[in-house]
Amino acid sequence: MESSVDTKLATRPNDNLGRVASLKPQGTVSTTKRIKRSFRQIRAEKVFRRTLIIVALAMVVLVLGIMVTLVIESTLSIKSSGIGYLWGKTWDPVRDIFGAYPFILGTLLTSFLALFISIPFSFAVAVFLGEYFPTGWFSNLLKNTVELIAAVPSVIYGFWALAVLVPIVRSFESKIGVEPVGLGIFSSALILAVMIIPYAASLGRSMIHMVPSNLKEAAYSLGATRWEVIRAVIFPYTKSGLFAGILLSLGRALGETMAVTMVIGNTSLIPKSIFAPGNTMASVIANEFTEADHPVYLSALIELGLVLFLVTVVINMIGKRMVSRFTNE
Amino acid sequence: MASNHVKYRIGKSTFFKGLTILLACACVVPLIFILIYILQAGITKINWHFLTNLPKPVGETGGGIANALLGSMIIILVASVIAIPFGILCGIYLSENKKSKLAYWSRLCVDILQGVPSIVIGIVAYFWLVKPMGGFSALSGSVALAIMMLPIIIRSTEETLKLLPDSLREAGFALGLPFHRVVLKVIVPCGISGILSGVMLSVARIAGETAPLLFTAFGNPYLSFNLLKPMQSLPLLIFNYATSPYNDWHDLAWGASCILLIWVLALNIFTKLMTRKWKVQL
Amino acid sequence: MESTIVKSVDYNAYFGDNHVVKNVNIDIPRNNVIAVMGPSGCGKTTFLRGINRMHELIPGATAKGQILLNGEDVLEMHPIFVRLKIGMVFQRPNPFPNLSIYDNVIAGYKLNGIKLPKAEKDKIVEHSLTRVALWKEVKDSLTKKGSFLSGGQQQRLCIARAVAMEPEVLLFDEPTSALDPISTSTVEELFHELKKNYTLIIVTHNMQQAARVSDKTAFFYMGELVEYDATKQMFTNPKDTRTQNYITGRFS
Repeated sequence: MESSVDTKLATRPNDNLGRVASLKPQGTVSTTKRIKRSFRQIRAEKVFRRTLIIVALAMVVLVLGIMVTLVIESTLSIKSSGIGYLWGKTWDPVRDIFGAYPFILGTLLTSFLALFISIPFSFAVAVFLGEYFPTGWFSNLLKNTVELIAAVPSVIYGFWALAVLVPIVRSFESKIGVEPVGLGIFSSALILAVMIIPYAASLGRSMIHMVPSNLKEAAYSLGATRWEVIRAVIFPYTKSGLFAGILLSLGRALGETMAVTMVIGNTSLIPKSIFAPGNTMASVIANEFTEADHPVYLSALIELGLVLFLVTVVINMIGKRMVSRFTNE
Repeated sequence: MASNHVKYRIGKSTFFKGLTILLACACVVPLIFILIYILQAGITKINWHFLTNLPKPVGETGGGIANALLGSMIIILVASVIAIPFGILCGIYLSENKKSKLAYWSRLCVDILQGVPSIVIGIVAYFWLVKPMGGFSALSGSVALAIMMLPIIIRSTEETLKLLPDSLREAGFALGLPFHRVVLKVIVPCGISGILSGVMLSVARIAGETAPLLFTAFGNPYLSFNLLKPMQSLPLLIFNYATSPYNDWHDLAWGASCILLIWVLALNIFTKLMTRKWKVQL
Repeated sequence: MESTIVKSVDYNAYFGDNHVVKNVNIDIPRNNVIAVMGPSGCGKTTFLRGINRMHELIPGATAKGQILLNGEDVLEMHPIFVRLKIGMVFQRPNPFPNLSIYDNVIAGYKLNGIKLPKAEKDKIVEHSLTRVALWKEVKDSLTKKGSFLSGGQQQRLCIARAVAMEPEVLLFDEPTSALDPISTSTVEELFHELKKNYTLIIVTHNMQQAARVSDKTAFFYMGELVEYDATKQMFTNPKDTRTQNYITGRFS
């Protein structure tokens, strides 16, 4: 923030002391007090600026540290299982065979199913708050309530799902002739769907709100109905923003651990249907981390964590880039 | 002919409006249902005994969650002490240096950190603190939670301070104030509402986090003040007891869930109400 | 013979590679009101902000040359010392919104952590507010926030805040362009009083204002100081054709 002119102070400090003394003191005692104080201020200012830089640097170091730790701790497993880890179908810690496919599949199934279920609701909220009712006490209430959905801890969602949702799913399963376990991919996807609604909803709402009114007015003046304006003007305009909202919800779903762990059944077998129990990458780490009794086992779990990290970070960054490009246009 | 088609289009528009309203309101139903269920299931379990006793071993009735209540408070307090100064200072740096290279990379890293799943942060905290220290500890849990608080605090600080007009800074500099006083005595006080709300939201976020604590704080059936030893926290207790096969422990978990839920929601609602009140009229 | 308080010697200012103020040499006599005028983009505001080292707060901004305050080169001193002696009032009134009127006046001390006894603080506040003809209007509401005053009152509060620091020179960057006509004339009346104790340098877009309030006027055009003379002389008999054209309204 300072130009080259300021560096002169750094090279000749004593000169400045002399200079200040020669400034005719004018007025009250407070002038001298002010000048003496200013020397301390100048030093304090340098310290403060340096502290700010250190803190900002620390954030970069932190994230790099996370990546490095994950990679280092996974190397043991990467060396022993190789690239086949990603599509290995068996996860057998006893025989040291580690294949992540069941968990990758479980993660994809739960997340995409949850996304599929929640998107209509997220978009409904986004259109409701962004277009139909942008102001008013009721929409304020709805907006705050939807935000509260995101505030509820996931372990509470998990507990409730375990106690209430799973029995309901179990009876549903027996009605449709599937083995009535209750726990499984389907139940996890259901509770996950509820949890991720706010993410696409709030991003979607702000995108829809940003559509310039002159575009909408142009359509109305041509005789379009409300719905047609939404479909033909708003949706195309906010396409990338809405997609970014979906990515945000997806990223959240991929990384969700507690609610899923409590309800998914925790088995390392490949789920045979969406009603079967399974595991996600996050839930298997949560379950087996403290039971990993030998280094390769632990390293295999960390490798899962690395995969999870990379996938969620990439998805989140793509979403964020899309939003910033959209808002900068 | 044409007017029939128009009627059809208008009807379609009304239909979709109705559908949108229905779906939007329907979202809220599960939440309300969950809230009521938890309050009902848990409120009966809460009494003085519940709040001040330790959990009893399996088979014995009674018991309470005192260790979890205390543990949660300690872990959150330590996490806040670590994260708040760090987060605010970083937010100040990012808002005062919009174009520097360091600001670009730092901002990128904050964005990345925001998307990292909480269990991954728990893993990292395990290797950074638990392994070197030789055991689980409340401190490692606090560090994991502090890492999760950082992006929220940094973001809201940066956004709040960026909104303040440059004329404020100029007025400060013109009076002969050095940079740190312009920031700390002029800019931050004017943006205090946004900064505080970011802090409170970050606390509300980590109050309910379980995954990062699974292999850091780990849990402790006894009351503990020791930061270097394992400690219990509310969400950990709920997780462990809810997934256990014992009904007594389920009861404890319901009571704990009720308390946690009320606490987190109250914090969120309080923040929303107070932000408006604290805002400085520019 | 009036003594010179501020003197610039070959002062140049840049925004990156953009040479915005070119070789300005000007002598400003003590206890005078100097108007600095010129068309938009002529460098007058940049020059003004160079005097109290506010210019360099903009990233990429640099300066060369000398600006002497009582013989000391302002560009060699640390900016904090400069700003203690040279105060500034901005175009948009900017009282601190989180401080009361009282605290706004002594903000220069309070925010710097300088602790003064209450009696001395009261004296400074009353003295400064009286100097800007605001004391009678606000003396019963000193604890109210500054943002509740009208635009003209806020601007006078900002002047009081600058005056409270007991500077030698006061810089004004188009101080009345955001005010209504009545507030403008109230502020202009102040200049006449203030020059008894301070030297005022006022950048203005308003020629009539320059003619009304100043003793000497400096005319800037395309970064250069084109003409600098007694105001009466400048407006009745300008020496340079560019000045002539500006005054008669050929360009603004």
